[in-house]
Amino acid sequence: MRVNLTVNGRALHADDVWEGESLLYLLRERLGLPGSKNACEQGECGSCTVRLDGVPVCACLVAAGQAEGRDVVTVEGLAGRAGLPEGALTPVQQAFADAGAVQCGFCTPGLIVAADDLLRRDPDPSDADIREALAGNLCRCTGYEKILDAVRLAAARTGPGEDRP
Amino acid sequence: MDFLRPAGWPEALAAKARHPAAVPLAGGTDVMVEINFDHRRPEHLLDLGRVAELHTWETDGDHVRLGAAVPYAHVIDRLAAPLPGLALAARTVGSPQIRNRGSVGGNLGAASPAGDSHPALLAAGADVEAASVRGTRLIPVEEFYTGVKRNALAPDELIRAVRIRRATGPQQFAKVGTRNAMVIAVCSFALALHPHDRTVRTGVGSAAPTPVRARTAEDFLTAALAQDGLWETARPLPPSVVREFGQLAAGACRPIDDVRGTAAYRRHAVAVLARRTLGWAWDAYRAGEGREALCA
Ligand SMILES: Cc1cc2nc3c(=O)[nH]c(=O)nc-3n(C[C@H](O)[C@H](O)[C@H](O)COP(=O)(O)OP(=O)(O)OC[C@H]3O[C@@H](n4cnc5c(N)ncnc54)[C@H](O)[C@@H]3O)c2cc1C
Ligand code: FES
Ligand code: FES
Repeated sequence: MRVNLTVNGRALHADDVWEGESLLYLLRERLGLPGSKNACEQGECGSCTVRLDGVPVCACLVAAGQAEGRDVVTVEGLAGRAGLPEGALTPVQQAFADAGAVQCGFCTPGLIVAADDLLRRDPDPSDADIREALAGNLCRCTGYEKILDAVRLAAARTGPGEDRP
Repeated sequence: MDFLRPAGWPEALAAKARHPAAVPLAGGTDVMVEINFDHRRPEHLLDLGRVAELHTWETDGDHVRLGAAVPYAHVIDRLAAPLPGLALAARTVGSPQIRNRGSVGGNLGAASPAGDSHPALLAAGADVEAASVRGTRLIPVEEFYTGVKRNALAPDELIRAVRIRRATGPQQFAKVGTRNAMVIAVCSFALALHPHDRTVRTGVGSAAPTPVRARTAEDFLTAALAQDGLWETARPLPPSVVREFGQLAAGACRPIDDVRGTAAYRRHAVAVLARRTLGWAWDAYRAGEGREALCA
Protein backbone atom coordinates (compact mmCIF):
# COMPACT_ATOMS: atom_id res chain seq x y z
CA MET A 1 0.00 0.00 0.00
CA ARG A 2 1.01 3.65 -0.31
CA VAL A 3 1.48 5.77 2.80
CA ASN A 4 1.50 9.57 2.66
CA LEU A 5 2.74 11.51 5.67
CA THR A 6 4.62 14.61 6.71
CA VAL A 7 8.04 13.97 8.19
CA ASN A 8 10.08 16.81 9.64
CA GLY A 9 7.94 19.30 7.75
CA ARG A 10 8.20 17.57 4.35
CA ALA A 11 5.31 15.80 2.64
CA LEU A 12 6.60 12.32 1.75
CA HIS A 13 5.16 9.07 0.52
CA ALA A 14 6.28 5.49 0.29
CA ASP A 15 4.98 2.74 -1.97
CA ASP A 16 4.74 -1.01 -1.49
CA VAL A 17 4.56 -0.61 2.27
CA TRP A 18 3.69 -3.95 3.91
CA GLU A 19 0.44 -3.68 5.89
CA GLY A 20 2.00 -5.03 9.10
CA GLU A 21 5.00 -2.75 8.88
CA SER A 22 5.86 -0.30 11.65
CA LEU A 23 6.37 3.43 11.31
CA LEU A 24 9.93 2.80 12.51
CA TYR A 25 10.66 0.51 9.55
CA LEU A 26 9.05 2.99 7.18
CA LEU A 27 11.23 5.82 8.49
CA ARG A 28 14.48 3.88 8.58
CA GLU A 29 14.27 1.60 5.60
CA ARG A 30 12.06 3.44 3.14
CA LEU A 31 12.45 7.13 3.90
CA GLY A 32 16.18 7.16 4.64
CA LEU A 33 15.89 8.44 8.20
CA PRO A 34 17.96 6.07 10.36
CA GLY A 35 18.16 8.47 13.32
CA SER A 36 15.35 6.66 15.16
CA LYS A 37 16.90 3.43 16.41
CA ASN A 38 15.57 -0.09 16.45
CA ALA A 39 16.60 -2.03 19.53
CA CYS A 40 13.67 -4.03 20.86
CA GLU A 41 10.62 -3.59 18.60
CA GLN A 42 8.41 -4.05 21.65
CA GLY A 43 8.09 -0.63 23.21
CA GLU A 44 10.52 -1.37 26.03
CA CYS A 45 13.56 0.73 25.16
CA GLY A 46 12.31 4.01 23.71
CA SER A 47 15.19 4.27 21.23
CA CYS A 48 12.63 4.64 18.42
CA THR A 49 10.80 7.58 20.05
CA VAL A 50 9.36 10.09 17.56
CA ARG A 51 6.67 12.73 17.80
CA LEU A 52 3.42 11.71 16.12
CA ASP A 53 1.11 14.70 15.77
CA GLY A 54 3.21 16.30 18.49
CA VAL A 55 3.05 13.40 20.95
CA PRO A 56 6.07 11.20 21.77
CA VAL A 57 5.42 7.57 20.87
CA CYS A 58 7.40 4.41 20.12
CA ALA A 59 7.57 4.31 16.33
CA CYS A 60 8.02 0.52 16.51
CA LEU A 61 4.46 0.19 17.88
CA VAL A 62 2.74 2.45 15.35
CA ALA A 63 1.64 0.69 12.17
CA ALA A 64 2.93 2.53 9.12
CA GLY A 65 -0.63 2.75 7.84
CA GLN A 66 -1.71 4.50 11.04
CA ALA A 67 0.66 7.35 10.17
CA GLU A 68 -1.23 8.10 6.93
CA GLY A 69 -1.80 11.85 6.74
CA ARG A 70 -0.10 12.45 10.08
CA ASP A 71 2.76 14.70 11.13
CA VAL A 72 5.94 12.97 12.29
CA VAL A 73 9.02 14.60 13.77
CA THR A 74 12.14 12.49 14.18
CA VAL A 75 15.43 13.33 15.86
CA GLU A 76 16.68 14.50 12.44
CA GLY A 77 13.98 17.17 12.34
CA LEU A 78 14.22 18.68 15.82
CA ALA A 79 16.72 21.41 14.88
CA GLY A 80 14.81 22.34 11.73
CA ARG A 81 11.55 22.47 13.66
CA ALA A 82 13.22 24.81 16.16
CA GLY A 83 14.13 27.12 13.26
CA LEU A 84 17.85 26.31 13.44
CA PRO A 85 20.02 26.13 10.31
CA GLU A 86 21.05 22.83 8.71
CA GLY A 87 23.62 21.03 10.83
CA ALA A 88 22.97 23.01 14.03
CA LEU A 89 22.17 21.26 17.29
CA THR A 90 19.19 22.02 19.50
CA PRO A 91 19.92 23.03 23.12
CA VAL A 92 19.02 19.50 24.24
CA GLN A 93 21.36 17.91 21.69
CA GLN A 94 24.17 20.31 22.62
CA ALA A 95 23.64 19.60 26.32
CA PHE A 96 23.85 15.82 25.75
CA ALA A 97 27.20 16.32 23.99
CA ASP A 98 28.50 18.75 26.62
CA ALA A 99 27.41 16.73 29.64
CA GLY A 100 28.96 13.48 28.41
CA ALA A 101 25.55 11.85 28.19
CA VAL A 102 26.48 9.95 25.03
CA GLN A 103 28.59 6.81 25.10
CA CYS A 104 27.72 4.28 22.41
CA GLY A 105 24.94 6.66 21.39
CA PHE A 106 22.34 4.07 20.50
CA CYS A 107 19.80 5.30 23.06
CA THR A 108 20.57 8.97 22.41
CA PRO A 109 18.09 9.85 19.64
CA GLY A 110 15.14 8.48 21.61
CA LEU A 111 16.25 10.21 24.78
CA ILE A 112 16.72 13.48 22.90
CA VAL A 113 13.18 13.34 21.50
CA ALA A 114 11.75 12.48 24.95
CA ALA A 115 13.80 15.17 26.72
CA ASP A 116 12.92 17.74 24.07
CA ASP A 117 9.24 16.99 24.61
CA LEU A 118 9.62 17.33 28.39
CA LEU A 119 11.27 20.75 28.14
CA ARG A 120 8.61 21.99 25.72
CA ARG A 121 5.93 21.12 28.26
CA ASP A 122 7.91 22.10 31.34
CA PRO A 123 10.96 24.33 30.88
CA ASP A 124 12.03 23.91 34.51
CA PRO A 125 11.36 20.29 35.47
CA SER A 126 12.18 18.77 38.84
CA ASP A 127 14.45 15.72 39.00
CA ALA A 128 11.38 13.58 39.60
CA ASP A 129 9.76 15.03 36.48
CA ILE A 130 12.88 14.26 34.43
CA ARG A 131 13.02 10.67 35.68
CA GLU A 132 9.33 10.20 34.97
CA ALA A 133 9.59 11.67 31.45
CA LEU A 134 12.56 9.43 30.59
CA ALA A 135 11.26 6.27 32.29
CA GLY A 136 10.49 4.70 28.90
CA ASN A 137 14.03 5.10 27.54
CA LEU A 138 16.72 2.56 28.37
CA CYS A 139 20.46 3.20 28.28
CA ARG A 140 22.92 0.37 28.83
CA CYS A 141 26.06 2.54 28.98
CA THR A 142 25.83 5.74 30.97
CA GLY A 143 24.10 4.75 34.19
CA TYR A 144 21.71 7.66 33.50
CA GLU A 145 23.42 10.21 35.75
CA LYS A 146 25.00 12.08 32.84
CA ILE A 147 21.70 11.95 31.00
CA LEU A 148 19.95 13.62 33.93
CA ASP A 149 22.81 16.18 33.99
CA ALA A 150 22.25 16.87 30.31
CA VAL A 151 18.55 17.54 30.75
CA ARG A 152 19.23 19.81 33.73
CA LEU A 153 21.86 21.63 31.69
CA ALA A 154 19.52 22.10 28.74
CA ALA A 155 16.82 23.37 31.09
CA ALA A 156 19.23 25.79 32.76
CA ARG A 157 20.39 27.11 29.38
CA THR A 158 16.95 27.62 27.90
CA GLY A 159 14.36 27.85 30.65
CA PRO A 160 13.32 30.27 33.35
CA GLY A 161 15.99 28.72 35.60
CA GLU A 162 18.46 31.11 33.93
CA ASP A 163 17.96 33.85 36.51
CA ARG A 164 18.38 31.55 39.47
CA PRO A 165 21.36 32.40 41.69
CA MET B 1 -2.54 -8.77 4.77
CA ASP B 2 -5.08 -5.99 4.29
CA PHE B 3 -5.08 -2.71 6.15
CA LEU B 4 -8.65 -1.57 6.68
CA ARG B 5 -9.00 2.09 7.51
CA PRO B 6 -12.64 2.92 8.26
CA ALA B 7 -13.31 6.65 8.36
CA GLY B 8 -16.12 6.39 10.89
CA TRP B 9 -17.90 4.13 13.37
CA PRO B 10 -20.58 2.66 11.03
CA GLU B 11 -17.83 1.80 8.51
CA ALA B 12 -15.78 0.17 11.28
CA LEU B 13 -18.73 -2.01 12.34
CA ALA B 14 -19.46 -2.90 8.72
CA ALA B 15 -15.83 -3.90 8.17
CA LYS B 16 -15.84 -6.06 11.31
CA ALA B 17 -19.07 -7.74 10.15
CA ARG B 18 -17.54 -8.43 6.75
CA HIS B 19 -14.25 -9.68 8.22
CA PRO B 20 -14.95 -11.09 11.70
CA ALA B 21 -11.34 -12.32 12.02
CA ALA B 22 -9.95 -8.82 11.41
CA VAL B 23 -7.76 -7.64 14.29
CA PRO B 24 -8.76 -4.21 15.61
CA LEU B 25 -5.83 -1.83 16.01
CA ALA B 26 -6.12 1.04 18.50
CA GLY B 27 -2.89 2.25 20.14
CA GLY B 28 -1.10 -0.83 18.83
CA THR B 29 0.90 -1.35 22.03
CA ASP B 30 -0.22 -4.97 22.23
CA VAL B 31 -0.98 -5.74 18.58
CA MET B 32 2.22 -4.35 17.06
CA VAL B 33 4.42 -6.30 19.47
CA GLU B 34 2.70 -9.48 18.28
CA ILE B 35 3.13 -8.52 14.64
CA ASN B 36 6.76 -7.42 15.02
CA PHE B 37 7.57 -10.78 16.60
CA ASP B 38 5.58 -12.80 14.10
CA HIS B 39 3.23 -14.09 16.77
CA ARG B 40 0.31 -12.88 14.75
CA ARG B 41 -0.29 -12.58 11.02
CA PRO B 42 -3.93 -11.55 10.65
CA GLU B 43 -5.41 -11.33 7.21
CA HIS B 44 -6.91 -7.96 8.08
CA LEU B 45 -5.85 -5.20 10.41
CA LEU B 46 -8.71 -2.87 11.29
CA ASP B 47 -7.25 0.53 12.17
CA LEU B 48 -9.54 2.43 14.55
CA GLY B 49 -7.31 5.51 14.55
CA ARG B 50 -9.63 7.50 12.29
CA VAL B 51 -12.84 6.80 14.19
CA ALA B 52 -13.22 10.09 16.04
CA GLU B 53 -15.89 8.91 18.52
CA LEU B 54 -13.54 6.34 20.00
CA HIS B 55 -11.09 9.08 21.02
CA THR B 56 -13.53 11.21 23.00
CA TRP B 57 -15.56 10.86 26.19
CA GLU B 58 -18.74 12.31 27.56
CA THR B 59 -20.31 12.52 30.97
CA ASP B 60 -23.63 10.83 31.02
CA GLY B 61 -25.44 11.48 34.33
CA ASP B 62 -23.60 9.47 36.95
CA HIS B 63 -21.39 7.76 34.34
CA VAL B 64 -18.43 8.65 32.18
CA ARG B 65 -18.68 7.14 28.73
CA LEU B 66 -15.03 6.67 27.86
CA GLY B 67 -14.31 6.10 24.16
CA ALA B 68 -12.47 2.81 23.66
CA ALA B 69 -9.32 4.35 22.15
CA VAL B 70 -8.81 7.33 24.50
CA PRO B 71 -5.13 7.06 25.51
CA TYR B 72 -4.14 6.60 29.15
CA ALA B 73 -2.43 10.01 29.06
CA HIS B 74 -5.85 11.68 28.70
CA VAL B 75 -7.40 9.57 31.45
CA ILE B 76 -4.62 10.79 33.76
CA ASP B 77 -4.66 14.45 32.71
CA ARG B 78 -8.37 15.02 32.19
CA LEU B 79 -10.42 12.37 33.95
CA ALA B 80 -8.77 11.96 37.34
CA ALA B 81 -11.65 13.75 39.11
CA PRO B 82 -14.54 11.51 37.99
CA LEU B 83 -12.37 8.39 37.57
CA PRO B 84 -9.65 8.57 40.25
CA GLY B 85 -9.03 4.83 40.50
CA LEU B 86 -8.66 4.38 36.75
CA ALA B 87 -6.38 7.42 36.56
CA LEU B 88 -4.14 5.97 39.29
CA ALA B 89 -3.99 2.65 37.45
CA ALA B 90 -3.27 4.43 34.15
CA ARG B 91 -0.31 6.22 35.73
CA THR B 92 1.36 2.87 36.33
CA VAL B 93 1.05 1.65 32.74
CA GLY B 94 4.32 1.27 30.82
CA SER B 95 6.03 4.57 30.10
CA PRO B 96 4.99 8.00 28.79
CA GLN B 97 5.30 6.72 25.21
CA ILE B 98 3.05 3.73 25.98
CA ARG B 99 0.51 5.89 27.86
CA ASN B 100 0.34 8.25 24.88
CA ARG B 101 -0.94 5.40 22.67
CA GLY B 102 -2.35 2.61 24.84
CA SER B 103 -6.04 2.68 25.70
CA VAL B 104 -8.57 1.13 28.08
CA GLY B 105 -10.39 -0.36 25.07
CA GLY B 106 -7.14 -2.06 24.03
CA ASN B 107 -6.58 -3.32 27.57
CA LEU B 108 -10.09 -4.85 27.49
CA GLY B 109 -9.52 -6.27 24.02
CA ALA B 110 -6.33 -7.97 25.19
CA ALA B 111 -8.03 -9.06 28.46
CA SER B 112 -4.73 -9.98 30.10
CA PRO B 113 -5.22 -10.88 33.77
CA ALA B 114 -2.36 -8.43 34.44
CA GLY B 115 -3.97 -5.48 32.63
CA ASP B 116 -3.99 -2.49 34.95
CA SER B 117 -7.35 -1.02 33.92
CA HIS B 118 -9.29 -4.08 34.99
CA PRO B 119 -9.07 -3.87 38.81
CA ALA B 120 -9.93 -0.16 38.66
CA LEU B 121 -12.95 -0.80 36.40
CA LEU B 122 -14.15 -3.64 38.63
CA ALA B 123 -13.89 -1.48 41.74
CA ALA B 124 -15.52 1.60 40.21
CA GLY B 125 -18.32 -0.33 38.53
CA ALA B 126 -18.38 -0.31 34.73
CA ASP B 127 -20.12 -1.71 31.68
CA VAL B 128 -18.42 -2.43 28.39
CA GLU B 129 -20.42 -1.04 25.47
CA ALA B 130 -20.04 -3.67 22.75
CA ALA B 131 -21.44 -2.89 19.31
CA SER B 132 -21.91 -4.60 16.00
CA VAL B 133 -24.07 -4.07 12.93
CA ARG B 134 -26.67 -6.07 14.89
CA GLY B 135 -26.88 -3.51 17.67
CA THR B 136 -25.34 -2.46 20.97
CA ARG B 137 -25.22 -4.29 24.29
CA LEU B 138 -23.82 -3.40 27.70
CA ILE B 139 -21.68 -6.09 29.33
CA PRO B 140 -21.01 -5.68 33.07
CA VAL B 141 -17.23 -5.61 33.30
CA GLU B 142 -17.15 -8.57 35.71
CA GLU B 143 -18.78 -10.68 32.99
CA PHE B 144 -16.48 -9.38 30.29
CA TYR B 145 -13.41 -11.42 31.26
CA THR B 146 -14.07 -15.02 30.32
CA GLY B 147 -10.60 -16.61 30.59
CA VAL B 148 -6.90 -15.90 30.26
CA LYS B 149 -6.75 -13.30 27.47
CA ARG B 150 -10.34 -14.04 26.52
CA ASN B 151 -13.31 -11.74 26.59
CA ALA B 152 -17.03 -11.80 25.94
CA LEU B 153 -16.97 -10.02 22.57
CA ALA B 154 -18.63 -11.80 19.65
CA PRO B 155 -16.48 -12.03 16.49
CA ASP B 156 -18.38 -9.21 14.79
CA GLU B 157 -18.32 -6.90 17.81
CA LEU B 158 -16.12 -3.93 18.65
CA ILE B 159 -15.84 -2.01 21.89
CA ARG B 160 -17.35 1.42 21.40
CA ALA B 161 -16.81 2.71 24.95
CA VAL B 162 -16.68 1.83 28.61
CA ARG B 163 -19.36 3.31 30.85
CA ILE B 164 -17.77 3.85 34.22
CA ARG B 165 -19.55 4.97 37.34
CA ARG B 166 -18.35 8.41 38.46
CA ALA B 167 -16.60 8.27 41.80
CA THR B 168 -18.63 9.43 44.80
CA GLY B 169 -15.85 8.62 47.28
CA PRO B 170 -12.15 7.83 47.50
CA GLN B 171 -10.64 5.22 45.17
CA GLN B 172 -7.21 3.61 45.28
CA PHE B 173 -5.03 1.38 43.12
CA ALA B 174 -1.75 -0.32 43.98
CA LYS B 175 0.48 -2.67 42.05
CA VAL B 176 3.47 -4.83 42.93
CA GLY B 177 6.37 -4.87 40.50
CA THR B 178 10.13 -4.64 40.31
CA ARG B 179 10.28 -1.03 39.17
CA ASN B 180 8.09 2.04 39.12
CA ALA B 181 7.80 2.05 35.34
CA MET B 182 7.47 -0.54 32.58
CA VAL B 183 6.23 -3.23 34.87
CA ILE B 184 3.67 -5.92 34.27
CA ALA B 185 1.90 -6.34 37.59
CA VAL B 186 2.98 -9.24 39.82
CA CYS B 187 -0.37 -8.52 41.37
CA SER B 188 -2.55 -5.45 41.78
CA PHE B 189 -5.50 -4.30 43.82
CA ALA B 190 -8.09 -1.57 43.41
CA LEU B 191 -10.58 -0.37 45.97
CA ALA B 192 -13.48 2.07 45.69
CA LEU B 193 -15.59 3.43 48.52
CA HIS B 194 -19.11 4.23 47.33
CA PRO B 195 -20.61 6.38 50.09
CA HIS B 196 -23.74 7.18 48.03
CA ASP B 197 -24.97 3.61 48.48
CA ARG B 198 -22.69 2.67 51.38
CA THR B 199 -20.88 -0.09 49.52
CA VAL B 200 -17.29 -1.02 48.87
CA ARG B 201 -16.03 -2.64 45.69
CA THR B 202 -12.68 -4.12 44.76
CA GLY B 203 -10.71 -5.52 41.85
CA VAL B 204 -7.76 -7.91 41.93
CA GLY B 205 -5.31 -8.16 39.04
CA SER B 206 -2.76 -10.79 38.05
CA ALA B 207 -3.79 -13.20 40.80
CA ALA B 208 -6.32 -15.42 38.99
CA PRO B 209 -6.98 -16.50 35.37
CA THR B 210 -9.06 -13.35 34.96
CA PRO B 211 -9.31 -10.07 36.84
CA VAL B 212 -11.79 -10.63 39.70
CA ARG B 213 -13.70 -8.82 42.42
CA ALA B 214 -12.96 -9.97 45.96
CA ARG B 215 -16.65 -10.25 46.74
CA THR B 216 -16.42 -11.87 50.17
CA ALA B 217 -14.06 -9.11 51.27
CA GLU B 218 -16.41 -6.47 49.83
CA ASP B 219 -19.44 -7.93 51.62
CA PHE B 220 -17.55 -8.21 54.88
CA LEU B 221 -16.35 -4.61 54.80
CA THR B 222 -19.68 -3.22 53.60
CA ALA B 223 -21.38 -4.97 56.55
CA ALA B 224 -18.71 -3.92 59.05
CA LEU B 225 -18.96 -0.26 58.01
CA ALA B 226 -22.75 -0.34 58.31
CA GLN B 227 -22.82 -2.22 61.60
CA ASP B 228 -20.52 0.20 63.38
CA GLY B 229 -22.07 3.30 61.78
CA LEU B 230 -18.65 4.14 60.37
CA TRP B 231 -19.93 5.89 57.23
CA GLU B 232 -21.56 8.46 59.53
CA THR B 233 -18.91 8.75 62.24
CA ALA B 234 -15.89 8.35 59.93
CA ARG B 235 -14.01 6.98 62.91
CA PRO B 236 -10.80 5.00 62.43
CA LEU B 237 -11.33 1.44 61.22
CA PRO B 238 -10.83 -1.26 63.85
CA PRO B 239 -7.53 -3.04 63.08
CA SER B 240 -9.33 -6.39 63.20
CA VAL B 241 -11.59 -5.25 60.35
CA VAL B 242 -8.64 -4.15 58.23
CA ARG B 243 -6.82 -7.44 58.86
CA GLU B 244 -9.85 -9.57 58.04
CA PHE B 245 -10.46 -7.54 54.87
CA GLY B 246 -6.90 -8.31 53.72
CA GLN B 247 -7.28 -12.02 54.46
CA LEU B 248 -10.56 -12.23 52.58
CA ALA B 249 -9.07 -10.35 49.62
CA ALA B 250 -6.22 -12.89 49.47
CA GLY B 251 -8.86 -15.60 49.54
CA ALA B 252 -10.29 -14.32 46.25
CA CYS B 253 -7.02 -15.15 44.46
CA ARG B 254 -6.38 -18.22 42.39
CA PRO B 255 -2.79 -17.40 41.53
CA ILE B 256 -0.10 -19.38 39.75
CA ASP B 257 3.67 -19.59 40.13
CA ASP B 258 5.38 -17.86 37.24
CA VAL B 259 8.52 -15.88 36.43
CA ARG B 260 7.14 -12.78 38.10
CA GLY B 261 6.26 -14.39 41.43
CA THR B 262 4.99 -17.43 43.25
CA ALA B 263 1.35 -18.10 44.04
CA ALA B 264 2.06 -17.83 47.78
CA TYR B 265 3.77 -14.47 47.33
CA ARG B 266 0.86 -13.16 45.28
CA ARG B 267 -1.66 -14.17 47.95
CA HIS B 268 0.43 -12.51 50.61
CA ALA B 269 0.96 -9.36 48.53
CA VAL B 270 -2.74 -9.02 47.69
CA ALA B 271 -3.56 -9.05 51.42
CA VAL B 272 -0.98 -6.30 51.97
CA LEU B 273 -2.26 -4.21 49.05
CA ALA B 274 -5.85 -4.63 50.22
CA ARG B 275 -5.00 -3.38 53.71
CA ARG B 276 -2.91 -0.52 52.36
CA THR B 277 -5.42 0.73 49.80
CA LEU B 278 -8.17 0.52 52.43
CA GLY B 279 -6.04 2.57 54.81
CA TRP B 280 -5.38 5.26 52.21
CA ALA B 281 -8.98 5.40 51.04
CA TRP B 282 -10.41 5.52 54.55
CA ASP B 283 -7.98 8.30 55.52
CA ALA B 284 -9.21 10.30 52.54
CA TYR B 285 -12.83 9.63 53.53
CA ARG B 286 -12.12 10.74 57.09
CA ALA B 287 -10.54 13.91 55.68
CA GLY B 288 -13.89 14.63 54.04
CA GLU B 289 -13.56 13.17 50.53
CA GLY B 290 -16.96 11.79 49.55
CA ARG B 291 -18.70 12.58 52.85
CA GLU B 292 -21.19 14.85 51.05
CA ALA B 293 -22.29 11.87 48.92
CA LEU B 294 -23.64 10.15 52.01
CA CYS B 295 -27.36 10.67 52.05
CA ALA B 296 -29.53 9.66 54.93
C1 LIG C 1 6.46 -1.60 26.82
C2 LIG C 1 5.04 -1.93 27.20
C3 LIG C 1 4.62 -1.77 28.51
C4 LIG C 1 3.31 -2.08 28.88
N1 LIG C 1 2.96 -1.90 30.17
C5 LIG C 1 1.69 -2.19 30.55
C6 LIG C 1 1.29 -1.99 31.90
O1 LIG C 1 2.07 -1.54 32.75
N2 LIG C 1 0.00 -2.29 32.23
C7 LIG C 1 -0.89 -2.76 31.30
O2 LIG C 1 -2.04 -3.01 31.66
N3 LIG C 1 -0.53 -2.96 30.02
C8 LIG C 1 0.73 -2.68 29.63
N4 LIG C 1 1.11 -2.89 28.32
C9 LIG C 1 0.15 -3.48 27.38
C10 LIG C 1 -0.68 -2.47 26.57
O3 LIG C 1 -0.04 -1.21 26.53
C11 LIG C 1 -2.07 -2.29 27.15
O4 LIG C 1 -2.76 -3.51 27.16
C12 LIG C 1 -2.91 -1.24 26.38
O5 LIG C 1 -4.04 -0.93 27.15
C13 LIG C 1 -3.33 -1.71 25.01
O6 LIG C 1 -4.04 -0.65 24.39
P1 LIG C 1 -3.85 -0.32 22.83
O7 LIG C 1 -4.82 0.76 22.50
O8 LIG C 1 -2.44 -0.07 22.50
O9 LIG C 1 -4.33 -1.72 22.21
P2 LIG C 1 -4.00 -2.46 20.84
O10 LIG C 1 -2.66 -3.04 20.85
O11 LIG C 1 -4.37 -1.60 19.69
O12 LIG C 1 -5.08 -3.62 20.98
C14 LIG C 1 -5.04 -4.56 22.04
C15 LIG C 1 -6.09 -5.64 21.83
O13 LIG C 1 -7.40 -5.10 21.90
C16 LIG C 1 -8.09 -5.25 20.68
N5 LIG C 1 -8.85 -4.00 20.51
C17 LIG C 1 -8.36 -2.73 20.53
N6 LIG C 1 -9.36 -1.84 20.42
C18 LIG C 1 -10.51 -2.55 20.34
C19 LIG C 1 -11.89 -2.19 20.20
N7 LIG C 1 -12.30 -0.90 20.16
N8 LIG C 1 -12.81 -3.19 20.15
C20 LIG C 1 -12.41 -4.50 20.22
N9 LIG C 1 -11.13 -4.89 20.34
C21 LIG C 1 -10.19 -3.92 20.40
C22 LIG C 1 -7.00 -5.50 19.64
O14 LIG C 1 -7.47 -6.21 18.54
C23 LIG C 1 -6.01 -6.31 20.46
O15 LIG C 1 -6.43 -7.64 20.57
C24 LIG C 1 2.40 -2.57 27.92
C25 LIG C 1 2.81 -2.70 26.59
C26 LIG C 1 4.12 -2.39 26.22
C27 LIG C 1 4.53 -2.53 24.80
S1 FES D 1 12.63 -0.18 19.35
FE1 FES D 1 10.79 0.81 19.83
S2 FES D 1 10.83 0.87 21.96
FE2 FES D 1 12.58 -0.32 21.52
S1 FES E 1 24.89 5.51 25.44
FE1 FES E 1 24.93 3.40 24.95
S2 FES E 1 22.88 2.80 25.36
FE2 FES E 1 22.92 4.80 26.09
